[in-house]
Amino acid sequence: MDTFLGIDYATWWYLVIGAVFTGYAILDGFDLGAGSLHLFFKKEESRRIALNAIGPVWDGNEVWLVIGGGTLFSGFPKVYASIFSAFYIPFMLFLTMLIFRAISIEFRSKEPMKWWRKTWDISYCVSSTLLGFSLGIILGNVLLGIPIDAQGNFTGSTLYFLNPYAIMVGITTVALFMMHGAIFLVMKTENRLYAKLTILVKHSTIFFVISILLLSFYTLLYVPHLSERIRHNSWMFIIPIMMVLSVANITRLIAKRKYLVAFMCSSLTVALLLIIVAIELYPNLVISTLDPAYTLTVQNASSSAKSLEIQLMFVAVGVPLAAAYTGFMFWTFRGKVKLDEMSY
Amino acid sequence: MDVEILSRIQFAFTISFHYIYPPLSIGLGLCMVAMEGLFLRTGNKMYEDMTRFFTKIFALIFGLGVATGIVMEFEFGTNWATYSKYVGDVFGSALAAEGIFAFALEAGFLGVLVFGWDRVKPATHFFATIMVFLGSMFSAIWIVVANSWQQTPRGYRVVGDGLEARAEITDFWAMVFNPSSIERVSHVWVGSFLAGSFLVLSISAYYIRKNKHLQFSTAAFRIALVIATVSALSQLFIGHKSAEVVAEHQPAKLAAFEGHFDSLAVADMYLVGWIDKKEEKTIGLSIPKGLTFLTHQDFTTPIKGLKGFPVADRPGALNIVFQSYHIMITIGMVLIGLTLYACFLWYKGLLFQKKWLMTVFQFSVLLPQLANQAGWFAAETGRQPWVVYGLLRTSNALSKSVTANQVLFSLILFTLVYLLLFILFIYLLNKKILHGPYKADVVHRPQQESMADQF
Repeated sequence: MDTFLGIDYATWWYLVIGAVFTGYAILDGFDLGAGSLHLFFKKEESRRIALNAIGPVWDGNEVWLVIGGGTLFSGFPKVYASIFSAFYIPFMLFLTMLIFRAISIEFRSKEPMKWWRKTWDISYCVSSTLLGFSLGIILGNVLLGIPIDAQGNFTGSTLYFLNPYAIMVGITTVALFMMHGAIFLVMKTENRLYAKLTILVKHSTIFFVISILLLSFYTLLYVPHLSERIRHNSWMFIIPIMMVLSVANITRLIAKRKYLVAFMCSSLTVALLLIIVAIELYPNLVISTLDPAYTLTVQNASSSAKSLEIQLMFVAVGVPLAAAYTGFMFWTFRGKVKLDEMSY
Repeated sequence: MDVEILSRIQFAFTISFHYIYPPLSIGLGLCMVAMEGLFLRTGNKMYEDMTRFFTKIFALIFGLGVATGIVMEFEFGTNWATYSKYVGDVFGSALAAEGIFAFALEAGFLGVLVFGWDRVKPATHFFATIMVFLGSMFSAIWIVVANSWQQTPRGYRVVGDGLEARAEITDFWAMVFNPSSIERVSHVWVGSFLAGSFLVLSISAYYIRKNKHLQFSTAAFRIALVIATVSALSQLFIGHKSAEVVAEHQPAKLAAFEGHFDSLAVADMYLVGWIDKKEEKTIGLSIPKGLTFLTHQDFTTPIKGLKGFPVADRPGALNIVFQSYHIMITIGMVLIGLTLYACFLWYKGLLFQKKWLMTVFQFSVLLPQLANQAGWFAAETGRQPWVVYGLLRTSNALSKSVTANQVLFSLILFTLVYLLLFILFIYLLNKKILHGPYKADVVHRPQQESMADQF
């Protein structure tokens, strides 16, 4: 296969998809997390402020999921086909939650009735939490490997996806997003809501630390293939060290009121976690638990070199542009939330 | 019912529902660009109010378009895994391009368009409006290019056989500019302009009928009428071009469009009709030799009919193909007549005098919607039994690991959720329209009870 800077196109594409999904987790992660925290706010105005903190940006954040899905489809069609059809039911629920979340944000503040707002508040919180949870469930299953045959078709049962490891990853994802979302909201709020959020940051950070510790023990004890590469390349241990340091930094920075840096730290935590995943998974994409020969890898599941070459050019031009729009949007809506006539 | 029919129903249902929204976004986007452009040019505050009002409606439509659109992207993988593996190398790049170039542009500037009125300068805001509109236009390009490749595949080679067979890209530009791309992208664009402009016409006509916000609504009506008239007339030409491409590259589809059975004969064009599939003939009112004339500009060239194709290669649901094609054309003609008549009255200075015409315009919003849906039904059911024309049959494109029960479950789920979505959409749209452009549509009451200890 053709190479660029000594790395083959398929591996480049693996890095692109990894980067896009990392971007997605960082961006949509905070607004999903904000959604999970929504019911902790009791006052109507607090809820509106929290909602409008993500108001102008959540749609743009979701773009990265669309790009992620598109890049997976185009770069590794076999993986896309295999995973999506294997987890038919979780993906259908995921899509339903995505719809419910979108309409909850959109419709909540359009009517003044209390029951109306309460219903959409619950729907917003539940769907945000389940979205993070199901992303974790799918990631957990991909990490463990699934029973796929020679054609990449899933042979397990409908409820196969609900295994303890995947559930652990799901919970950790929710905790991570809650921490990340709480820090984002701290940046966006003032006064009492802000004071409340500084406490929520601490609580959700503790929740995350507990979950990630349990998940790490579980992984080390029962899923040894997920630590092999770091075990054999001890210099890579720097990544988990960096991750622990950035988490430890979050509470310290919050106390010092350096919210932007704290937000960067939690973004870094998200990125480092996914980097560990990417390092351990490579070159496998979907590990077959039936026969290692059926495993879909970066090399055997990728599109042709010609197709990847075209797509890499798209990415080289398009992703910096997309990042620029995202940056422009965050710049426009920087600072604390102010409610106005167009607000949710 | 088996997995194939359930998956087809689910895809048809979810894509039809989705397709209510993107054409409205594109068409309304164009109207908003025109309105905001007039505001910047004239400085007349009314145009700003107009843009702001339609932006609120746009945001509602856009939100539903995104929510139902992500479903489509995922459904290729969940329900059509074999198809995804077959086309991924070719089709995937168009889909990825849509995400990277079009959707990112659209969603990136949407926040500024909807929430940025008081945060950025008017010129920057206008720029954001244009970017959102362009994003939606680009989005249509890539999606329709991908679909056109399925109709008239080019720039690929097939590697592997049997279960392992798949198409690989050989020439990107040949794939993008496949024989039907340009005609079909234009056809979809103009269909969208009609959908959006008729929404503005409908809302304005309602205000005019009720004698509300007259200055606002008559101005909005005129802007939309210009867009609608130009679109309706150009659609006649573009639609004809599109049919010519079908005649050249998908003869079985053309034969089904017109219910033309004789294997090689001069063909009529039906105005209304019904296909008798068993007797293999079409009954109805027709223009003799009409299809031959439109296709070849003479009255003698024979056209290959359905009998010229093996039964296995003919579209199955002939009447759906035939009727939806004719509904689309009939509505297209009605729209031309309606817009030209309104323009004639405008020229005479009588446009807003005729109440009945405003009533017609108020309900006419359904016509382009219906035509857009019918057109896609004709295009997609007419392509059957192929999912990629001549290469991959729909029956071979399914996910092997998905069972009928799973699809039934998701189909019921989508039906319920979309029903709820549609009710809420109509309710909130109606509410926004009733409130009109000059009043905040929700009053946010401060909470009544004291909750000093809660925050």
